[in-house]
Amino acid sequence: MGEEGKGKRTAGLPWDLLEMLSKLQEVELEDVLIEAEELELDIQPSAIAMPTTAPLTLASPEKVKPTELIKVKFTPLLMEYPGRVLEVKLGATKGDGGTRSKAVVVGGATSPAFYTFERPPPYVPAISLDVFDTTEVPLPKAIRMHVEEVRDDPAEWAKLAVGKFGADMVTVHLMSTDPLIEDASPAKAAKTIEAVLQAVDVPIIVGGCGDPKKDAAVFEKVAETAAGERVLLSSVTLDMAEAGILEGVARAAEKHGHVVLAFTALDLNLARELNRKLYDFLPKDSIIMDLTTAALGYGLEYTFSIMERARMAALMGDPELQHPLLSGTTNTWAAREAWLKMGPEWEPRELRGPLWETVTAVALLLVGVDLFLMMHPAAVRTLKETIKEFMNPSKAESKKIMNWASAEI
Amino acid sequence: MAKAEISPIDIYKLLPRTNCGECGERTCMAFATKLASREARLKDCPPLLKPEFKEAHQKLWEMLKPPVKEIVIGVGEKAVRIGGKLVMYRHELAYHNLTPIALDVTDVTPEEALVKRVKRVENFVYTYIGRQLKLDAIALRSASNDAAIFKSAVEKVMEATDLPFILCSLNPEVMEPALIASHERRPLIYAATAENWKDMAELALMYKCPLAVFAPDDLDLLKSLAKTLAEYGVEDLVLDPGTFTGNGVSDTINNFTMIRRSACKGKDETLGYPLLGTPITAWLEGEAKPELNAWREAYVASMLMSRYADLLIMHSLDGWVQLPLVVWRFNIYTDPRKPVAVEPGLRVFGKPDETSPVMFTTNYALTYFTVQSDIESAGADSYLMVIDTEGLSVQSAIAGRRLTSDMVADAIKTTGVEQKVKHRHLIVPGMAARLSGEIEDLSKWHVMVGPSDSSGIPKFLKQNWPPKED
Repeated sequence: MGEEGKGKRTAGLPWDLLEMLSKLQEVELEDVLIEAEELELDIQPSAIAMPTTAPLTLASPEKVKPTELIKVKFTPLLMEYPGRVLEVKLGATKGDGGTRSKAVVVGGATSPAFYTFERPPPYVPAISLDVFDTTEVPLPKAIRMHVEEVRDDPAEWAKLAVGKFGADMVTVHLMSTDPLIEDASPAKAAKTIEAVLQAVDVPIIVGGCGDPKKDAAVFEKVAETAAGERVLLSSVTLDMAEAGILEGVARAAEKHGHVVLAFTALDLNLARELNRKLYDFLPKDSIIMDLTTAALGYGLEYTFSIMERARMAALMGDPELQHPLLSGTTNTWAAREAWLKMGPEWEPRELRGPLWETVTAVALLLVGVDLFLMMHPAAVRTLKETIKEFMNPSKAESKKIMNWASAEI
Repeated sequence: MAKAEISPIDIYKLLPRTNCGECGERTCMAFATKLASREARLKDCPPLLKPEFKEAHQKLWEMLKPPVKEIVIGVGEKAVRIGGKLVMYRHELAYHNLTPIALDVTDVTPEEALVKRVKRVENFVYTYIGRQLKLDAIALRSASNDAAIFKSAVEKVMEATDLPFILCSLNPEVMEPALIASHERRPLIYAATAENWKDMAELALMYKCPLAVFAPDDLDLLKSLAKTLAEYGVEDLVLDPGTFTGNGVSDTINNFTMIRRSACKGKDETLGYPLLGTPITAWLEGEAKPELNAWREAYVASMLMSRYADLLIMHSLDGWVQLPLVVWRFNIYTDPRKPVAVEPGLRVFGKPDETSPVMFTTNYALTYFTVQSDIESAGADSYLMVIDTEGLSVQSAIAGRRLTSDMVADAIKTTGVEQKVKHRHLIVPGMAARLSGEIEDLSKWHVMVGPSDSSGIPKFLKQNWPPKED
């Protein structure tokens, strides 16, 4: 991520996209967790039924111009898949030994993403918003303007993410533990997590700093402090395995009832290898995969195809890839097109940036991502609205667009 | 997946098997392999056009024919090919013929504004990895529903641009004079519907232009129309199942997906035509602010690009709307079998000498071209080592261990840069800061951590080069 620093609000942008978007939301978006039963009520049986009717009228064999419409029926091609994606529960309520008000379940897919004509997914994708525990991490202006007042307080920031921006979950990036930033101790990191757990009642993702050894130490400590809360530890890697420290983290996660995020870089063989190593210590429903999210313009197509391959492999029965998929969509902001001042024809970047994140997110929504780590409130709103619309089929009104070709726009 | 998995042997059996080499391959077997992987086309083999191979040629054509027909709109250099898709999922092979974006103008727009808008479409350009990303076509809509006005607007569009165009009016009487004026430019006729299909079919046949079929959220009707029009003799069809951007976005994506699945996996030739998406309908949602319509139009367009639209009609020409779309389109139409990489090695900028800065980056094309352009804009005489990370960016390569401190230390030796400069200072990308210590240990060079984004290179060099100590 980068940002050239200080920068005022662009002149001539007298409105706030987020506010405008929020006005769109006549119906509120509180779908943290939609159960399959609820969904089925909304779906017209005809939308998923498989008609077998033959063509009503057969075409005449010779090439005589038809004088009437030849009526044929469209029959969707529906498929069965031998495999399915595991369901993973994040966060634990009182009854389950934690203090969250609600758990979030991700995964469970039995068809490609949002093929609602075939089988609607049992759970909808969840969105977790980013919170950083240090102001040393530069934030793009388009983000900063929404979180300015809470930047130095992860607990307050988490409240804002849930209360105002509608996050299903919160990711606390413990960047202060980075030896190159503040080298904060595991104990201090655990305190931060405790504070966030008290501030909000949604499930939490605990993000490390990327240094395998430090992360392992931090995760073990946090796992203990947050025992029973079923947090997601983000992330464990093959580097940890190589350094001989994966086992400690995995065992701590298992002992205290947490979930781990298995991170690999755009390589399904490596993803399988890491999962196999984790199976020695953890139940399968405690693993989520992160196959690496590259930003739009910076390799998103690799992410798109590898996620789609992973999901198809899972449905076709590959037991080592049947974990829910997570995307660090926040990586979008590494793309300079998301934040850089590029000249008047590409402005305002206050819209360009969140749209960049939105486009990245919806591309990955369509290939099966179950859990999104995101940053910009407008991108989050749009993705939530899209998910809600996807789960709400048979709402098209053809007369609304029938005359678009001659409409005044 | 069937189409992607044609055996080279089956193809080989039908080729002349003379190893004549006219296709550029040494043997017919090599050519067969290229045909199977879609890296060559049948027309690359001239002997196949001889009468004795007529039957074989026909069989090969059937065998290699894409499940989604390829259709041409426009003429000349700027004509666009749409459809021609071989697979449903990109990872099964690759997507072909990237989705053109057409921008709308109406026939009630005053001439000056119309020409200005057409020119803006034509002049839109964004340079990305050394390529020029552009917009492709004009969709002229008849808001007047008046034949003379529509015809006059077509003439103005034709005069203003060589871009291909789409004529949009559901009224055949308005369509015909415009077609008389413009059919030699091979516009797409939009559109045949349940009401007007016979008249539109006659126009398509008479003026030899491709015809779009519009049946919003009614796949029975869409399929019936496609079948009827094919029987009628109209060969080049484009299907529009309707684009709903608010309520109904689910039906939209489902319809596009079901049609493409039937064509690719179900071999349903009735639906084996390119699909047209119209995110422009976002502007009918009645938002208070144009930015909200544009926002909706943009993300729905991006979804349709991922989910089977072979042609898009849009309204917003704003840079912030079109930029992510032209980039995403370029990205998903790259061949997943080939990493987008540049040659590793040493690059020289300006006229560096023994005191010039030494930097490194990876051989992912986008990373490289971005760094290149930033060094050039800094006007810095310098050396840049391009390290082979199998086409991954710095961040991904480090995470995936495809960029390690050993590789950096090796590059200092193998690129010969250590003989070219006297100092021992290496500027590493900010994203590679983590490797600093190990690089210093292995190479004995002093590491300076550069900016996380290469746009910071000019400023960094200004402030930090030459290094203060030594």
